[in-house]
Formats: sequence, C-alpha cells, structure tokens
Amino acid sequence: MADLYEVQNLRLSLADMTAKPLLGAAPRIEILKGLTFTIPKGAAVGIVGGSGSGKSTLGRALVRLLEPSGGAIRFGGTDLTHLSDAALRPLRRRFQMIFQDPLSSLNPRHRVGTIIAEPLRLHGFDGIPARVARALDQVGLPQSFAARYPHELSGGQRQRVGIARAIALEPDFILADEIVSGLDVSSQAQVLNLLERLVKDLGLTLAFISHDLSVIRRLCQHTIVLYQGTIVENRPTPDLFCEPRADYTRELLSAIPLPDPNQPWG
Amino acid sequence: MTALVIRNLSVRLRKGPPLLRRVSLDLAPGEVRGLVGESGAGKSMIGKAVLGILPPSVEITGGEILLEGTDLLRLPPADRRRRIGASCALIPQDPLTALNPSHRIGPQITDRLVDILGWTRRNADARARELLAEVQIPDPDRVMRSYPHELSGGMRQRILIASAFAAEPRLIVADEPTTALDVTVQKQILKLIAGMQARHGTAILFVTHDLGVVSKVCQRLSVLYSGMVVEDARVADFFRAPRHPYSAALLAATPKYTDPTAGLNPVPDAVIEAVRAEVAAFDREVAHG
Repeated sequence: MADLYEVQNLRLSLADMTAKPLLGAAPRIEILKGLTFTIPKGAAVGIVGGSGSGKSTLGRALVRLLEPSGGAIRFGGTDLTHLSDAALRPLRRRFQMIFQDPLSSLNPRHRVGTIIAEPLRLHGFDGIPARVARALDQVGLPQSFAARYPHELSGGQRQRVGIARAIALEPDFILADEIVSGLDVSSQAQVLNLLERLVKDLGLTLAFISHDLSVIRRLCQHTIVLYQGTIVENRPTPDLFCEPRADYTRELLSAIPLPDPNQPWG
Repeated sequence: MTALVIRNLSVRLRKGPPLLRRVSLDLAPGEVRGLVGESGAGKSMIGKAVLGILPPSVEITGGEILLEGTDLLRLPPADRRRRIGASCALIPQDPLTALNPSHRIGPQITDRLVDILGWTRRNADARARELLAEVQIPDPDRVMRSYPHELSGGMRQRILIASAFAAEPRLIVADEPTTALDVTVQKQILKLIAGMQARHGTAILFVTHDLGVVSKVCQRLSVLYSGMVVEDARVADFFRAPRHPYSAALLAATPKYTDPTAGLNPVPDAVIEAVRAEVAAFDREVAHG
C-alpha cells in the first residue's frame, strides 16, 4: 500500500514566551525532536502520549497549521514542509481536521448548514445544498439540524457536525485531535463507531490523536507512542498492546484504570 | 455515626424541571462512594447541594442532608455555612481555575484556616508545609511562595488535595478531580487521594463519569440517570453483575484496552427509552402526591 504521508526527521520548535526577555527574541523550545514515520493510504493511525509529549503539535504540523523548523513532510508525493499559505490553499481540501472542543470550533452565530457549507464555498464546490444534505446524512443527523445553532446541540451531536464539515470536502486525510475526550462514554462510543464506519466507507486515511489507549486499540491499525517529542514506539496496534517494548508504553498501559476491581493496579 | 445521609433530596430549576429526583444515599465514615452518570445526570449537583454551593438558579424542594446526624437544611444559613466550612471540603475538577492566578500558593491554603477556623498564621503555615510534604511535593517552602502558573497540572491538583485535607474534614466532595489529567498523572493522583483518605479516615463523595476510576477508588457507587438513582451497589457486586439495565449498558460502553471487541457500545435506544419511562412514571407519581 502506498504511503499518504512520509515524514522524515521532523523537527519543530516554538518560541517560549514565558522566558522571553523584555527586549529581544524569546528562546526556542524544541517540541518535536526528529520524527520519522509514514502513514499508509487508507490506514487509521493512533498518536498517543502524555500531556506535553508533542502529539497535538505533530498533528498541527501534518496539516500545516504549524511550519516545521526542520525535516520534511510529504503528502501524496508533494513536499508540504515549507509551502506558502497560497500554495497550501488548494491542497487544504485534501487534509481536514476535526477539533477537540466542538463548541469553540463551530461558529456560534452560524447555523449548522452554514457551518458545513462555508468550506465548500471557499473551495469552489458546486451543488452545495445537496452536499450539505449528504454530509448530515452520513453522520446520522436529521436534515432539520441544518437550521440549528451549535448551542442547541448536545456534545455528541456537535462533534458529528465537526465530522460532517470535514468529510463534506471529500478529503483524503482526516486528523482527529482528542475528539471524544469531552464526551460521555455512550456518545463517545457513538462518535467512534461513526468515524470507524466513515473511514471504511469513504476510504479515508485517519490520524487519531488521543491520550486514551483503549480508544486507539479499538480504532487504529497502527499506533505511534510519543514521549517528550520523540517516537518511543511505532508498531501495529495489536503487537504494541500484547508486547509493549518501550518502558513508557508499559507505563501508559498499566496506568489505565480498567472497569474491573480485580485488575492489579500497583 | 454515619458520616453523611441524604434522604429523598429533590432539587429543581426555579419554576422549572426537576434536577434531582428524591435522591437517597449514605456514606459511612472513611468510605468512598462513586457518583456516576452521563453529563447532566445530576452527579455534581448532589455534591453542590451537600456543600451548600448550588447556583442561585436552582432550589432544594425537599429532603434531608444529614451531616453526622445534623440536618444541614434545617440549620439557619449562617450556622449551616459554619458547619459545612468546618467539616467538609471540595477537590475541584480544574486545578487551574480553582487557584487564584494572582496569589501565591501558601495563602491560598492557609487563609481558610486562619480566617474561618481561627488558627494562628504560624500554625496554619506549619500545617500547610506538613500537608504539601504528605502529598509528595518536593520543597514545600518554594511551592508555597510560587504562583499557580509556575506549577504543572499534576502539582496544582496535589496542592488542592492538600488544601482539602488541611482542616481534617469529615467529608470531601471530589468533583471529577482527575478528568483534566493524563493517565499516568491520573494514576498518581488517585493513589494519593486513596492514601490520604485511608490515613485521615475521611469519607469521600467521588463524582466521576469513568467507571474504571470507580473500580479503583470506591467501595460503593450510585448510578444516576436524569437526577434519579437507578442503582446503589457495592463496587465488587456492581462490576460482577450490574442490576439495572441502564447501568449495565453504561458499563458496556466503557472501553477496555485489554479486549478490543468489548466496550464502546453505545447505550441502546431501548434501554434509554425504558429508563426515561421510569423517570416519567416517577414524575407522575410525585405529581399525584
């Protein structure tokens, strides 16, 4: 299977504003310290790590919301690493993002229909109303929801709108950054089952960022474990869970509280 | 004596729908009870009612909250506040918003001891240092002089735990205390709370939506749906065989990394309809006296 993403020795540093002197530049903190991996076309890849491990920064670099300071990101053969905003714009339709907090990533003044239609319009699609209707249908929301505002929806429904907005553009790749961490277990299950089905039906490639290994086990074929900006493990998910190699992976696994009072949790 | 007894507690939005429907539960001294349910089920509302910090938009319409035998709801407001202040504490969900960003840590722990409980500043400072050491904070003196933004999320949550235990409360309400933390830090914090709880013999109402967490720190649990307790069980019994179909479905929705085929099953519509019918039947019964 061809690789959709090829990432080589990816480095990314950000300015540390807490240590900025009054005059002069802030010192740089290296967040990603040389990551190399590929994402095969059609795969669902889990990216896991503790807070501060760089998993969201990695996601943002993949969809070029952040510009790498070193290394290379190739997407379907195109080198994205230092492309200008103008050169990225036509490509953006092909890699979409679903955000963690749907309430802050959906415009509160727009109705759901407008929210889904806006990117379609920007990318010059035709037949927009039909596309909006189909996207709502694909995420299992009734057509009447097009007229609702985000605050009228439950957390799970809002997250479906986020998914609808992303898939309406018929992208090749979707980045989902902690998209279920704010949801109850039941809505979490619904949203994940939906995403699993859409990835299969639409032939999408998915990068799924989460701190929850249970969710990744269910959804992803490959798992990348990040620790302090480096990859400590990158393997097929079943192998990683059965025989974790890195100490940090073992620590992560043993910290998960299973719903079972007999689990040893020393 | 039982640390806390709640009998038929009803809370509603002023001139609006009920939020808690005759909730009853009890808590032995030194016991940890989990309050679980989906968001909006009323689990935090119970904790807020006990601590007397319900928002002004809601009112208590009936029931009793007995704290070591005294019905808090029958005390005059000033006595009630004093009573709660002296024997209860809260461990909040978000350690960043619970700490004042413009004050140093030290006074944020000690002010309550000095202003409300009448301790001397010297005793309060010594107590704060002792507790920070107990929650395994290295260099307590430095931390007491720090501002919240200088500390990590895990450190801040430790400080709030130390602060909750400072006045040796009989009852602590822990409102999703680890939801904002990642799993490895969550484990440290849960072990810390369990250790402190055992040493100090404190009863805890532990609000969470994570049944995995309940199975690690609680002895009993109440499962809530729409402000109604649908199941009250011992943890060991619950995880072997939940009795109510809704709580069984909630357990089936909880993911397990050890078994990729289990978990992540949404609560079936039929179960939701059945539990909603139960709630409706309850409301009809209340309406007809």
